[in-house]
Formats: sequence, C-alpha cells, structure tokens
Amino acid sequence: MLSASNETQGTDKKAEIKAYITHHLQDSYDFSLTSYTDQQGVHHYVGFPLPIILWDNGLKVFSSSKFHHGESVAEVDGAFYAIEHNKIYKTDEAGTINYDEQHHPANPKPLDLSITKSVVMIFITGLLMFFLFRSLARSYASNRGVASGAGRFFEPIVLYIRDDIAIPNIGEKHYKRYMSYLLTIFFFIWFLNIFGLTPLGVNVTGNIAITFSLALLTFLITNLTGNKNYWKHIFWMPGVPIPMKIILAPIELLGVFIKPFSLLIRLYANMQAGHIVLMSLIGLMFIFKSWLGSTLSFGLAFAISLIEVLVALLQAYIFTMLSALYFGFAVEEHHEEAH
Amino acid sequence: MEIPAIVGAGLVVIGVGMGIGRIGGSAMEAIARQPEAYGKIQTAMLIAAALIEGIGFAALFAV
Repeated sequence: MLSASNETQGTDKKAEIKAYITHHLQDSYDFSLTSYTDQQGVHHYVGFPLPIILWDNGLKVFSSSKFHHGESVAEVDGAFYAIEHNKIYKTDEAGTINYDEQHHPANPKPLDLSITKSVVMIFITGLLMFFLFRSLARSYASNRGVASGAGRFFEPIVLYIRDDIAIPNIGEKHYKRYMSYLLTIFFFIWFLNIFGLTPLGVNVTGNIAITFSLALLTFLITNLTGNKNYWKHIFWMPGVPIPMKIILAPIELLGVFIKPFSLLIRLYANMQAGHIVLMSLIGLMFIFKSWLGSTLSFGLAFAISLIEVLVALLQAYIFTMLSALYFGFAVEEHHEEAH
Repeated sequence: MEIPAIVGAGLVVIGVGMGIGRIGGSAMEAIARQPEAYGKIQTAMLIAAALIEGIGFAALFAV
C-alpha cells in the first residue's frame, strides 16, 4: 500500500515537473517571477502583468491581469478572449474553445502584438547594450584613446571580433560594412543566453521565432549585398563542365536557404536543450527526495549550468563566425584559376 | 515509449559523438605537432564541432 501511494506521488511529481518545465520554456503574457501556495491553500503569484496588444478590427490594449493567469475570460469592448496553451483566442462569454479533428483549437485568433516576457527582455538587453557601448565609445574621446569604465571589459572582445572573425572572413576591403551587424548579434545573443540562465525564468533565444528573425537578418544581408561573383557561383559555377553546372545550380540554391536555416536550428536547439536538461536535473532533485540522490543531482545540475555558461558564449561566437563566413562568400572577388 | 524514436536518438548521438571525437583528436595531434598554432587550431575545431552539433540537434529535435 505504501509503495503504491509513493508511486502515484512519483508520477504526479513527474507530471507536475513536466508542466513546470513546459511553462518555463514558453513565453508568457505576464512577468511572473515565482508563485507559492500559503497555509490557507491560496495560490499567490509574485510578478507583474504586461500589456496585451491585439488587433481585432481595431486596436485593443489591456493588461494581462484580466486573464488571471489564464483562468478567466477577458472582456474588452464587448469581445471576449481566452488563453489556451499560451495563445489568445477569440471566444464567447463562457470561454468555449472549439477543437477540430487534431484537437487543436479552431477559434479565430486576433493579431497578437503583445509585449510579452521575451519582448521585455529584448528591450532590456537592447537598452543595456546601447548604454554600455555608448559609454565605452564616449570614454575614448574623453580619455585620449584609452577606454575606461565598465566598457573596458568589452574592448578586447570587440577587437577580437574585428581582427579574428570579420577581417579573415570578409577581407580588408569590405569588412567595415558588416561590423555593426556582427557586433550587435554577438553581444545580443550572448547577453540573452546569459539572461536565460538566471532565475528570472526568461527563455528568449530558446524561442524559435527569435532565432528565426536573427537568421532571417543574416539571410537578407547576405543576399542583398551579394555581388555578381556570388550569384554566379550559385547558378553557374565557373570552372566546372556544363553538365556539372546544371546539377550544381539547384544544390547551391538550396544551400542559400539551408545555411541560415542551420544557424536558426543550431542556436534554438542548443539553448532549448540546455534549459530542458538543466531543469530536468533540478526536478530530479525533487523526485529523489533522499540525501544521496538529491545531492548528486544538485551537483550534476551545477556542473551542467557551468557548461551552459560556456555554451552561451560559444553559440554567440559560432553564430557570428558563420554569419561573417556567409558575408565573406557574398563579397568574394573573382580569383583567377591557377593552372 | 516509442522504441524506433529512442533508437534513432541514440544513433544520432553516436554519430555526433564520433564526429566531434575525431575532430578533437586530430586537433590534439595538430597542437602537439605545432604548439604555436594553438589558437587557430582551437578556432577551427570549435567551428567544425558546432557544425556537427547543429546537425545533431536538428536530428534530435526531429526525432
């Protein structure tokens, strides 16, 4: 009897942890830091709501506290909205969600432009980067060429990106055009990855929409600044016989799309998998509930989070490096074939 | 508990492990031959490892 009740407790715990991890990995409409249940059994949330901006025949702006953490239906100007699986659907007063055959909600969805938790983190990171690097740039003028202040730490990194990522890949002639983009994505991805490791519970780079936008930017910049040589290499590769040229053209065209796509998948999967592993190990502590098991899983979780700090920097570096490589392809001059 | 999915994930991890292990091994040998080129070899090793890891993660997510 005792073992049976322990087992049901075990599976409940596992399902609870799984739900918690899923909630942690997703974006959310309010910035909730933590929640607890006090002695009277009332559930308290610590955090603050964020504005929800919808376009549904007119702009509707309201606070996400109207949803009461997904439990109630929000009424705005006569229209009713409900949250199901972290998406907003238009519904009626009772909050009915109509499911179709694949058990997906079939209610109409308004255009969602809300300020969610990830958007807040992106704003914070953008402001942080702006002020940090502006103070670094200004300190050069006021200190006669020597950096001072908090930006001092980033000066060797900026120089490294210029000397070891941009110039070897893009070449001396054109690298300056791309430097601002490379610096931006390097520090953007690095800071957002580090923020994902803090207890704030934000998961920005583990969100496929965000990595998709970054990869899309790399794709657009590569193809919009490609010179004639670049396009010639894709569609009519010089230096190979004609049957090979015809075979190579569709492969190279696919490569144009696959290369930024791999950037997208690499960053997303690395960050998402890291978070899942880390939180599963922490959840393992609660499943074991013994002195030895919990201590060991704590140690393992600690070691893995140290590796995640390294992976945060590494993924930012790889993204920047490969973007610089693709830019180098785009502006490559024609080499005469050596015979 | 889908057995094919689990077996597939295991195969992906074996492939990624072998690939990155070989790269790491050759990088070690190259550093042993020429210790002054440590920085360049490390950079190249990380790039190759990240490319292989990218494919591995994509396959794992598909599985």
